[in-house]
Amino acid sequence: MQISLYRFDPDTDESPRTDSLELDLPEGRDLMVLDVLELLKAEDPSIAYRRSCREGVCGSDGINMNGRNGLACITPVSEAAPRGKLTLRPLPGLPVVRDLVVDMSQFYRQYEKIKPWLVNDTAPPARERLQSPEDREKLNGLYECILCACCSTACPSFWWNPDKFVGPAGLLQAYRFLADSRDTATAERLAALEDPFSVFRCRGIMNCVSVCPKGLNPTRAIGKIRSMLLSQGI
Amino acid sequence: MVTNVASFGRSGLADFVLQRVSAVIVGLYALCLVGFFVTTPRMDHAVLAGFFESLPMRAFTTLAVVSLAAHAWIGMWTVGTDYVRRHYFGAGHTVYLGIYLVVCIGLIFVYLLWPLSVVWGLP
Repeated sequence: MQISLYRFDPDTDESPRTDSLELDLPEGRDLMVLDVLELLKAEDPSIAYRRSCREGVCGSDGINMNGRNGLACITPVSEAAPRGKLTLRPLPGLPVVRDLVVDMSQFYRQYEKIKPWLVNDTAPPARERLQSPEDREKLNGLYECILCACCSTACPSFWWNPDKFVGPAGLLQAYRFLADSRDTATAERLAALEDPFSVFRCRGIMNCVSVCPKGLNPTRAIGKIRSMLLSQGI
Repeated sequence: MVTNVASFGRSGLADFVLQRVSAVIVGLYALCLVGFFVTTPRMDHAVLAGFFESLPMRAFTTLAVVSLAAHAWIGMWTVGTDYVRRHYFGAGHTVYLGIYLVVCIGLIFVYLLWPLSVVWGLP
């Protein structure tokens, strides 16, 4: 199989390069892209990428495969490279630390902005804050996000304003807490998102929905935040 | 909350609503014009002048032109703050953004006054 691999080490390289590699894949098996990376690394230990759980739970191995963001561990080679040539690049829009490893600081700063924790100023009950099954149901499709950054780094609005636009991952989590019946900081959370950038820079391109490896829908969550802001504003 | 000197303290929600309301007004105005052109069998200067000189049409045209100006300003501001940034223009990007916005304001101002002066017969 032909593989184009992005290589860049800021300590030694002046600019990034693309290595063209050939790899013999075992016949009769559809490997995952992470398996291909492991095989490449066995031949060249200097290749750098992140990985951990290798089953789509930790979100470490988000990379760009043939122009599409996704998790290398759950993306079959046949799906990533149906024409037989695999191009592997780091997630776009974030500074490269080395090869396929990106600096996620900006992504986490945006995540931190939305205060991703439950705020409740009322006295805690003896055991726990209960939710009705209907209220719990509202969190489905939101809490499953693993913060792999595939969505935010596929979003042109995030590329353009990574310091101001929260991005689809952060906004999905923002709505996760806005929708939580146990959270009492709804007004403060909405006030923090009302500026022209944090939420309203979303242009509804929907790349986030297209690439989310967990099948989540950040665009719908952003629409719900806008509706809440509108209801509060009127 | 993100603050930006170029946003002039505006609210994202207000921009969002204004863009949609102005789009509906401009859309209705376009439909009105298309309806007029389709249903008028003979078109000449007198017919056009009669249509646009009526008070309701003057008011509607004024509303449409003001809506278009507001819509254009929000759109152009958004495009400017997307593309005129440090990554492309370096440390002086705010100066370039300021020049871009001043040019946009000037153009929008001209495109606002010109049709209004025609519709209301101003010198």
